[in-house]
Amino acid sequence: MADIVTKATRESFGEALCELAKTNEDIIVLDADLAGATKTSIFKKEFPERFFDCGIAEGNMVCVSAGLASAGKIPVAASFAMFATGRAYEQIRNSVGYPHLNVKIAGSHAGISTGEDGATHQCLEDVALMRTIPGMTVLCPADHWEMKAAAKAAIEHVGPVYIRLGRLAIDSFNDPDTYEFELGKGITLQEGNDITVIATGLVVNECRKACLKLKEEGFSVRLINIHTIKPIDRDIIIKAAKETGKIITVEEHNVIGGLGDAVLEVTSEECPVKVRKVGVYDRYGYSGPAWELLEKFGLTETGIADVIREELAR
Amino acid sequence: MQTTQKLELKKLACKARMGAVEGTFHAKSGHPGGSLSAADIMTYLYFAEMNVDPANPKMKDRDRFVLSKGHCCPSLYAVLALKGFFAWDEIKNLRHVGSMLQGHPDMNKTPGIDMSTGSLGQGISAACGMALAAKIDSLPYRVYTILGDGECEEGQVWEAAMFAAHNKLDNLVVIVDQNGLQIDGKVSEVCGIEPLDKKFESFGFEVIKINGHCFDDIEAAFNKAKETKGKPTAILAATTKGKGVSFMEDQVDWHGKGPNKDEYENAIKELQAQLEKLEGEC
Repeated sequence: MADIVTKATRESFGEALCELAKTNEDIIVLDADLAGATKTSIFKKEFPERFFDCGIAEGNMVCVSAGLASAGKIPVAASFAMFATGRAYEQIRNSVGYPHLNVKIAGSHAGISTGEDGATHQCLEDVALMRTIPGMTVLCPADHWEMKAAAKAAIEHVGPVYIRLGRLAIDSFNDPDTYEFELGKGITLQEGNDITVIATGLVVNECRKACLKLKEEGFSVRLINIHTIKPIDRDIIIKAAKETGKIITVEEHNVIGGLGDAVLEVTSEECPVKVRKVGVYDRYGYSGPAWELLEKFGLTETGIADVIREELAR
Repeated sequence: MQTTQKLELKKLACKARMGAVEGTFHAKSGHPGGSLSAADIMTYLYFAEMNVDPANPKMKDRDRFVLSKGHCCPSLYAVLALKGFFAWDEIKNLRHVGSMLQGHPDMNKTPGIDMSTGSLGQGISAACGMALAAKIDSLPYRVYTILGDGECEEGQVWEAAMFAAHNKLDNLVVIVDQNGLQIDGKVSEVCGIEPLDKKFESFGFEVIKINGHCFDDIEAAFNKAKETKGKPTAILAATTKGKGVSFMEDQVDWHGKGPNKDEYENAIKELQAQLEKLEGEC
């Protein structure tokens, strides 16, 4: 197992773009005055002639990207998830999604782990919004290595992609020597038969720690990491529903419209089992240090383990 | 401009207007008013200005056109059909189920459409992206986009204008079809946009004001735009909504409805008479 890399996925993404751009001249990166924060500044430094700051004008940035893509470029438009997918939702829907243009939207500072900036900047709706756009691929990588692989897959995939990036530095848990990323395929991180936990993004590692602990306590908990929320891996969900009979979904997102609902859409049609959604319960966040907020919202190891125990006892 | 070329353009524009009327009649909906006001400019673009090839609509170094005021596609479709991108017969299927001619332009369904548009304010940004791509690749192609004057109320138009000037997109020509009317009434009464020339100037554009129905004016403006270096050009074209069909001219009611059978026949009769008069001048 390689050493643990502690890094925010925004930074991993910025690095990945630089590596990919060395061999792919079509990659163009755009930002809306947040390059320092989204970490596209890493790309800007290395490829200034392929970086365009659009200023604080997200709607224009998305449509400029659409125009670039129509001319054969692979534009990556980055901003905070809130403004990229919220402010510019309709631009993404009509000028990127509808013509199915090869634009990559990178939404950084997603979730409550954005921290001190508070509710206006803690995007809890981006996955829901992007999931409703036909043909949009939605990615939410969980650590440094997964983000690097996801960035590569996003660039190689022809069509619109939304990729969710976090602000908070988190520990890696994947082993780069053995890790394999396949678009649309979930990854079973721990086998188990009593219950399944399905998680995405930053909280996957917290779930991993919770599941290990429960394993030590003698419970058989299956853990699945869903890095591609759309198109979702139906097979892995149906199998888990059939074999374990109960599912808990965990995400740093509103429980309305995110991973939990994506899982429910599959189970309700194919194998109706109880699905308990853990996330942010239809409310806004607030200011505070990221880990404190995650703790408050029950999205760390302890809170997640408590919910799993509760469901196992029922 | 030579008299023969001007006459030819006038005839083509007249046919484009007939196509817009025919399409909106068969669709029982659509936007004839703004289609007719922009018909002369679109005709000029496709028959005298742009480097396009109907046999190869995706040609890499072609000039691009983005109809930012996407609802005025009935005349664009007619111009594209006249140019040979698809058969004229398609026009009667406008807005019908399964038609290649959607209510707003769809780049994946219609040959010759360079960008899907319809949501106002977005096309100009996409045009900026295309112009920027040409700059990045050092390709000589130019990008043209037509906006409505009402559309200039959209904030994104000005985000795009800032972007175009900042990036010195002198291969971009923004044409504003100033017919003075929008759905809710006169632009000046709904939410005035003037002074539009000063606005574009202050945003860093070369501004040219023309009569949008005069081919000499149109030609001179596009030629001046080509000579302008280091900044984008805005052509502010004074036009008449519904131009060419007397009962539609300057009538806000004709912004967004299809003609009934009588109206259709009368409109075609008027345009046919104009065409015959032009042919008599040959």
